[in-house]
Amino acid sequence: MKQNLLPAFRLTLVLLVVCCLIYPALVWAGAQLAPAGGQGETIRHKGRVVGYDNVGQNFTRPEYFQGRPSAVDYNAAGSAGSNKGPSNPDYLATVQARLDTFLIQNPGVTKAQVPAELLTASGSGLDPHLSPAAAAVQVARVAKARNLEVAKVQALIARHTQHSLLGPDRVNVLRLNVTLDALQNR
Amino acid sequence: MNNELLSIGGIYLVTLVLALPLGAYLARVFRGEKNLLDFMRPVENGIYRLSGIDARREMTWQQHMVALLTINLVWFLLAMLVLCTQGSLPLNPDGNPSMSPDLAFNTAISFLVNCNLQHYSGESGLSYLSQIVVITFLQFVSAATGIAAAVVVFNALQTRTTEKLGNFYDYFVKSLTRLLLPGSLLIALILAFNGTPMTLQGKQELISLQGDSVAVSRGPVAAMVAIKELGTNGGGFYGANSAHPLENPNFLTNAVENIALVIIPIAMVFALGFYLKRRKLAYMIFGVMTVGFVALLAPTVYYEMHGNPAIAKLGVDQALGAMEGKEIRLGAAASAYWSITNTIISCGSVNSMHDSFMPISGMSQMLGMMTNAFYGGCGVGLLNFFAYLIIAVFIAGLMVGRTPELLGKKIEAREMKIAVIVTLLHPLLILAGTALTAHLYASNPTEYSGWLANPGYHGFSEMLYEFTSASANNGSGFEGLGDNTPWWNISTGVVLLLARFLPIVGPVAIAGLLARKKYVPESAGTLPADTATFGVMVLAVIVIIAALAFFPALALGPLAEHFSLY
Repeated sequence: MKQNLLPAFRLTLVLLVVCCLIYPALVWAGAQLAPAGGQGETIRHKGRVVGYDNVGQNFTRPEYFQGRPSAVDYNAAGSAGSNKGPSNPDYLATVQARLDTFLIQNPGVTKAQVPAELLTASGSGLDPHLSPAAAAVQVARVAKARNLEVAKVQALIARHTQHSLLGPDRVNVLRLNVTLDALQNR
Repeated sequence: MNNELLSIGGIYLVTLVLALPLGAYLARVFRGEKNLLDFMRPVENGIYRLSGIDARREMTWQQHMVALLTINLVWFLLAMLVLCTQGSLPLNPDGNPSMSPDLAFNTAISFLVNCNLQHYSGESGLSYLSQIVVITFLQFVSAATGIAAAVVVFNALQTRTTEKLGNFYDYFVKSLTRLLLPGSLLIALILAFNGTPMTLQGKQELISLQGDSVAVSRGPVAAMVAIKELGTNGGGFYGANSAHPLENPNFLTNAVENIALVIIPIAMVFALGFYLKRRKLAYMIFGVMTVGFVALLAPTVYYEMHGNPAIAKLGVDQALGAMEGKEIRLGAAASAYWSITNTIISCGSVNSMHDSFMPISGMSQMLGMMTNAFYGGCGVGLLNFFAYLIIAVFIAGLMVGRTPELLGKKIEAREMKIAVIVTLLHPLLILAGTALTAHLYASNPTEYSGWLANPGYHGFSEMLYEFTSASANNGSGFEGLGDNTPWWNISTGVVLLLARFLPIVGPVAIAGLLARKKYVPESAGTLPADTATFGVMVLAVIVIIAALAFFPALALGPLAEHFSLY
């Protein structure tokens, strides 16, 4: 043990330099060349940063598309899922309440049209996306609140739907809402 | 939906295509043969010189273990020191406080042993200094420790009689310079180019589009996430781990991270074959592990893609599957795939919240950790498998009336004792820990009401999962558990220590003992270890140990919940 202690100590110091100084510095230097320079991509609207491309936001007003329920209220100072188990009665009551609220806010929509992802909290609490179906079901409400034609809003969703070979189709909620705002300010 | 299934099939295929040449490369590295990264030699020599290490001095298995344990002790003390004082140290732009001693104890051990159980949340629980000097550092060195220990076993299984099994520091440093550092650099850059932050700036305050003030947590994320996956560590930068859209921005990064965390465990199996020039043996081991993996994967993907029956009863559209705790950009299938790869391999990073998975999926995740040898952690997975292998050889030998031998070395009482202790320690720690905790909870449910986020069977599963995760050195959790209390911090901390070092020392000791024995050339009387028949035997041993030991506990938790839902 004794003859190992000193080498162990010295090796630790050397590796601290390698793993905690040189390695992060190399990554940092590489990240400077990345699109957002290692800061995370932001979205600007009316000359100010309104959010991060990858971080969802809370939308409660009817004229905005609403993201998924969040266990941290979309405050990205933290992140978490609800961690509710599938059979938890309180949790199921919450889901039912979210469904009732959604049906009141979106008259004319039937239960079977409501995608479950609009009623269930995301893993991070910051999910920036909706499925195309979860956006489509909100079109009538948003169009009415903004005095826009339904077809126009639908076209916007189609334009914002990201298809990719890998993974599910998705719509970035913040980008969609920013486009809507920009449209009306013109 | 089929698109999602194709995606996960593609991820697995790419993993295999990369793992095979990586295994061949690792075998060359550790045999000291010419290889691609030989230009790192001056760096390694520099490290040895500065540390006063003679990397050519061959060690016995005992000397290996003393060197391993000593340096681990140094790291533990370093981690405790930094975590307990981080509040007053530099690189703390968000002003996060120092950790309480019991939380620091749990965190230091958890990262030291490659487990990465997190009883804190990264955004508010750690300074950037701790993220780099404690977390990132331990993620590198703990993974390299596991690989080095596995290489000692490789060396010992060769067909010769010796006490000298190479140099620990040599294996350890090469694991870093030839594998973990260059690999992490590549992965970190892919992440950074896809939007993962890499900055020392603190949280950004901003006004959202709707007008709320929010903060967005940033930090040196990309560098840490790369080694988190590649080293099968699993501890996330952010609380939500790889479900966080900055830690795992899109499906491509998800695939890269998922491949990164599986690749070394699989490559190590192939490396064993190349190293010993017994490729058939490696394919047998790989086959057994893959059968186990698929057996756990299939039900999980099925149940997640079919959604929660209790939510289906509400009459809503569940086309995407069970989305509670999952992210849209990743989807149910890729989340299910990730959750199983992460539990069979002791990585434990999550891209969705395991607590909200369907009961059978949760059980599959737990079974992955309970067997802990289907691919398994960086190096240590193979060590666990090795213990099962010894037991299978022994039982099979008795069944056919032959002397139990493995690779030309006789397996005797001493090796068997060690193998049995190692394999039985795991169920003992999990079941005793859960039983004790459940007893505590039952004796005073009001006092401990903060522990469980869910009532009934699922609450029991939360406790069982936590001890399973600790003992498997996995680190994921049913995170609804209120686990930052002295009881959980200390009990799981002790479990972590025992479950890391005994399963390393045990298999290395067996291998060391075998290496000393006379080599008996294989003959018609030998039970060959590299056949499918023997593979079935090993699988049976694993299933019997896991099923018999854990079935009663699983029946109380996930199975009971399943039958209450369906």
